[in-house]
Amino acid sequence: MHGVGDALRSWWGGLSRPAQWAVGIPAIIALALLPLFPPPFLDTPGTSFGGVMAQFAMYALLAIGLNVVVGQAGLLDLGYVGFYAVGAYTVGLLTSPNSPWNQTDGGWLSEDWAWLACLPLAAAVTAMSGLVLGTPTLRLRGDYLAIVTLGFGEIVRLLADNLGDVTNGSLGLSGIAYPQVGESAERPNGIFSSGNVGDADSANIFDKANAGTWWFWIGMVLVILTLLIVGNLERSRVGRAWVAIREDEDAAEVMGVPAFKFKLWAFTIGAAVGGLSGALYAGQVQFINPTGFNIINSMLFLCAVVIGGQGNKLGVIVGAFIIVYLPNRLLSVQAVGQTAVGWISLAFTVALVVALIVVWRRWARNQERPIKFGYLAAAAVSVIVMLVVLNNVLRFQAPGAQSLGDYKYLFFGITLMVLMIFKPQGLFPVRQKLLAYGRQVYQAVRKPFGDETIGANR
Amino acid sequence: MTSTAIVGAVQLADGSIDFNYQGVIDDFWRLTVDGLSYGAIYALVAVGYTLVYGVLRLINFAHSEIFMLGLFGQYVGLMLLGFSPSGDVYSQGIILTITYLALAMIFGMAVSGAAAVGLERVAYRPLRRRGAKPLIFLITAIGASFVIQEIVHFVLPKIWPSLGGTNAQKPIMLVEPTKQFSFGGADITNITIVIIVAAVILAIVTELLINQTKFGRGIRAVAQDPDTATLMGVSRERVIMLTFLIGGVLAGAAALLYALKIPNGIIYSGGFILGIKAFSAAVLGGIGNLRGALLGGLLLGLAENYGQILFGTEWRDVVAFVVLVLVLMIRPTGILGESLGKARA
Repeated sequence: MHGVGDALRSWWGGLSRPAQWAVGIPAIIALALLPLFPPPFLDTPGTSFGGVMAQFAMYALLAIGLNVVVGQAGLLDLGYVGFYAVGAYTVGLLTSPNSPWNQTDGGWLSEDWAWLACLPLAAAVTAMSGLVLGTPTLRLRGDYLAIVTLGFGEIVRLLADNLGDVTNGSLGLSGIAYPQVGESAERPNGIFSSGNVGDADSANIFDKANAGTWWFWIGMVLVILTLLIVGNLERSRVGRAWVAIREDEDAAEVMGVPAFKFKLWAFTIGAAVGGLSGALYAGQVQFINPTGFNIINSMLFLCAVVIGGQGNKLGVIVGAFIIVYLPNRLLSVQAVGQTAVGWISLAFTVALVVALIVVWRRWARNQERPIKFGYLAAAAVSVIVMLVVLNNVLRFQAPGAQSLGDYKYLFFGITLMVLMIFKPQGLFPVRQKLLAYGRQVYQAVRKPFGDETIGANR
Repeated sequence: MTSTAIVGAVQLADGSIDFNYQGVIDDFWRLTVDGLSYGAIYALVAVGYTLVYGVLRLINFAHSEIFMLGLFGQYVGLMLLGFSPSGDVYSQGIILTITYLALAMIFGMAVSGAAAVGLERVAYRPLRRRGAKPLIFLITAIGASFVIQEIVHFVLPKIWPSLGGTNAQKPIMLVEPTKQFSFGGADITNITIVIIVAAVILAIVTELLINQTKFGRGIRAVAQDPDTATLMGVSRERVIMLTFLIGGVLAGAAALLYALKIPNGIIYSGGFILGIKAFSAAVLGGIGNLRGALLGGLLLGLAENYGQILFGTEWRDVVAFVVLVLVLMIRPTGILGESLGKARA
């Protein structure tokens, strides 16, 4: 079985290190320029594409962090949003004027660079909280660990909600610090303030970029730095220990891997990355309140990891993109519109249903014992749900009703269920490689026989 | 920075939490009775988690949505019986009220039971046939839970305009909470009596069903050793279906009791927190253990109720989770341990 992903992977693995940089750097620059020149279909008409991309960078960071915990070390963490909240609240409590902990008016916490100074602090505080949570809980396994972490995530949110004297309760903290640079006449609060809407007609890309784009760029820098660090960890002894623990904890322990220690490492590193992302969020939105940190978000983060393919760093970034992008794209699609839109949607729906049936029949033909009833029922239910959801499209009602964005979690849930049935490894499943000297061995092995100098010829 | 942090910590301990021991002592019996009635509801929902876990080693995350469907099921049932949601109390004779309550409960049980079995068929069976890992089941359950919630949230009001949607349903009040008698300073209302009596009867019936009948023996056999049970002629598929059915039916019954206790709780997101707590209760007692689920539910209800007076009402949910975490630290398999398979009649 060789798909596009495998072809891409072996092509990338076959390139030499300088060649990888030569391809990678332009690709990164192209990605960075994407929010400035949004392709027509990819654009999100209902909301700023730059803002969506900034959110994507934030979620990518989260997914990379959670991937260390779930994908690499195999620890099921359902309370990851707790670390995200700790990171965000660290920045918020230190720099928001609502916080009793920030009483240094005119002090360093109200300086221009306060946000930047809080970034490593947030990561450190979150890493500590990971250590504090991990030390007692990591002796539990599997489902028990899942429920304890779930409880932790909920406790963090409830603490933020109830400690009104410190966190300002459900009112939240506003006026959180952000990088105040690049003030000018058009942008009195600097390029990172939400007031910077960008100048779409400008030829200078730095004038063209709005606040969302600037935050996307910061996010990208953090993502790349984190990827380098986490990537190196994965290829080190630590990463091999994680994989060993994920595959079989008892066997790893018997072979001399101190499982608890490495599990704690994974938990702490994952937490720190999550906290970094929370700090990014706090700075960008400049306002946090407890409702942003509920368990649903935890599930979404986990879904990003699972959809992308656990254990695969680039896969989980794609997963994060899907999680962020789809709801925002749907947000701008009106379920109700002109008749023409209705007909197009109807045609699209019919095409989708036909395609589903064709795919299903081809799939069923290849099964030894096709499980007809369950899949038929699932397909029928989802088609009915889709038709009911789209019924206002079908009836071509007058404008003014809901946008498809309202149904985002519905579509999301259906996607998850279908994906888990047909592709449980995620869209980009990880392949186990020889981890030590992986690249050299891989390059030597994949070269065809006869034209190379390894082996007996030499 | 350190000084501000210390100031903050002092404010935290000083202002936000005041330990109200006296309140707990003064109100002990009232809190106990109230806690038991919440606990009974948690216990009934927890049985659903624990049975499925015992048989399949699977956290059925969507069970909270099964419970929520039960809330709507009994509500629709009452509407079909001719009640309209006016928010006023219907005062009828005691016989009629009990009959209507029983009918509503049957509606709730039917909807929840059917939903649980349907969920198993549509979402879990295909995965089981492929031998998927536990994480895959969990993600599917999360997906299913989103789907059910959103169907009630957005799709249901399109089919039945007064049902579902973003706001809670206007309650249909069959019973007005009135004091029946006093017990150690606690007022026992008719609603408390209904909840506790119904929960006790259901718990006994379930216990008998699992421990005395042929179906129950099948469930215990599969929980203990699925392969051997299959060799001995137990149909695994049937046992699994039955497990989901029992769990769903009990969740539906719990839904009616919950609606009596909290008339404004009928909302698309109403199952979520209750589901987490019921799951905590199941883990607390020892997941996979039927009696553990009942014990855990009652203990959690009590702990929560004492805790909310001790620390303040807003800490209610925190208490539940902290108790859970503490118990797991000390005794990782719960109070009674994991033992559906080992439970002897």
